[in-house]
Amino acid sequence: MVGSTSRGLHRFAVGLSLCVVGLIAAGGLVKSLEAGLSVPDWPTSYGGLNPPRWWEIENVRAEHGHRLIAGTVATLTVLLAVWAGRREPRQWVRRIAYAAVAAVLLQALLGGLTVLFFLPTAISVSHAALAQLYLCLVVTFAAVTSRQWLMKAAKPPLDGDLRPAATATTALIYLQVLIGALVRHTGSGLAIPDFPRMFGGWWPDRLDPSIGIHLAHRLGAVAVTVAVVFLGVRVLRSRSGLGGIAVAMLVLLAVQVTLGAFIIWTGRAVLPNTWHVPVGASLLGTSWLLTLGVWRGSTLAAPTEAARSERAAAAA
Amino acid sequence: MKMTVFRLALGLSAIAVLAACGGGGGSDSAPTTAAPEAAAPAPAPAAGTGSIAGLVTFTGEDPDAAINMDADPVCSGMHADGASGETVVADGGNLANVFVYVKEGVTGSYTAPAEAVLLDQKGCTYAPHVSGIQTGQKLVIRNSDPTLHNVHALPVNNPEFNQGQPFQNMELEKSFANPEVMVRFKCDVHPWMSSYMGVLDHPFFAVSGSDGSFTIEGLPAGDYVVEAWHETLGAKTQNVSVGDGALAISFDYSA
Repeated sequence: MVGSTSRGLHRFAVGLSLCVVGLIAAGGLVKSLEAGLSVPDWPTSYGGLNPPRWWEIENVRAEHGHRLIAGTVATLTVLLAVWAGRREPRQWVRRIAYAAVAAVLLQALLGGLTVLFFLPTAISVSHAALAQLYLCLVVTFAAVTSRQWLMKAAKPPLDGDLRPAATATTALIYLQVLIGALVRHTGSGLAIPDFPRMFGGWWPDRLDPSIGIHLAHRLGAVAVTVAVVFLGVRVLRSRSGLGGIAVAMLVLLAVQVTLGAFIIWTGRAVLPNTWHVPVGASLLGTSWLLTLGVWRGSTLAAPTEAARSERAAAAA
Repeated sequence: MKMTVFRLALGLSAIAVLAACGGGGGSDSAPTTAAPEAAAPAPAPAAGTGSIAGLVTFTGEDPDAAINMDADPVCSGMHADGASGETVVADGGNLANVFVYVKEGVTGSYTAPAEAVLLDQKGCTYAPHVSGIQTGQKLVIRNSDPTLHNVHALPVNNPEFNQGQPFQNMELEKSFANPEVMVRFKCDVHPWMSSYMGVLDHPFFAVSGSDGSFTIEGLPAGDYVVEAWHETLGAKTQNVSVGDGALAISFDYSA
């Protein structure tokens, strides 16, 4: 009963995770087009539900489309919580779903406030930061309702405990995402206009707040690269059953660094500037998934009685 | 218990949809029929009989490139032959859209004219591109286009505002309480649209026309600092002594 119900719930959560990445991509597009204030009111859009010809006008399509996608994803999150509340036996898992609902509602509020207050950096960055936490909540729900989580015990890593490295890498990526949000919302994306050099050298010969934020993001990228490669290689060598996630994380890292370079080389063209956001979120999501995987076996991952029974049945 | 959670979830869902998508309601400004036809600021009566009649010249290449309005098919449709930027409008070596005003030396207080200043959105551009207004004077912002615009003013010494005008012929009224040179207006729907408005507590300002000429009238005799402001070419000042007649000055810009 629990196993079959969890499969559907798990699949729904996986789908929702992808939707959240799509929502983050839509938010990235809004910022890349500087379309955040093209719909000046909230919660209405030009005084109504849908502005006239909104689909035909690029910036309005981006901003209003972001709102529509957000509304859809929020509804799906509420459905997830309802489903979990009715079928999920583990209270702490249900609470993850409820936390996701709270996060998406707060996220909607932050989105509205940043429009009404003309995009203040603090609110816009908070909006971006909460989006990543919301994604992590949904990813967590998807992970802990997976068959692998319920049925299998994690194989012990062959080269030592990966938990500190995985946790630190995820924290580092989240910090980097926050700095990235600061770069975008302070208009510091081209504060250092060349790449990989900086003003023609390997270290900037001048400094102001924008250059400082931009520089922090580049240094953060180096730190994240080292951490992700280190963690990825260790996970692959450990044969812990998490190799697929590690490979995905390494691929996303390569794509993300490439996009970052193209943002500079193209003068913040919309395409790389937009995709840099959801790919960064996906990198965070996979790192978080990996972290959950290596922490499996702790109290968080204690299987339910039902799961134990199902595991025993599967073994038989 | 489960039913309660279910109802709570349904309620939250409704809130989320409303919050994200909007819940209907009226627009922020209704169309009106009474509207001024001209944008020219009418100077308040001044005691002086002096004036400054000048010319703004420009040397160099016009850097304005063609504007791509494909982001809105209605806009591109209104400019089938292409639209060019309004940043530097130079005809025969004369520079338009330069805001010229008396920066220092004006004394006394001047009542704002009763006539409104019109800022129109026409052809997906602002008309006029550069203008002036007195503190307290009524500003009417109109959408003459069959497409939606948002009017986003970015003052520093006055409250910022951003309002939508989704329908043709909608108008809204505003005014500025504090002097400020310049207040920028932009449309976030159409990123190429911008306009600049000088807000002064006196009527001694003008905007150079397509022939580069400008006239500031009604100045009392005295010594003044006159400034010319251009959005990309910067500001230039001159010290002038105005008598009872017309004083001729010029501002020379180069790219």
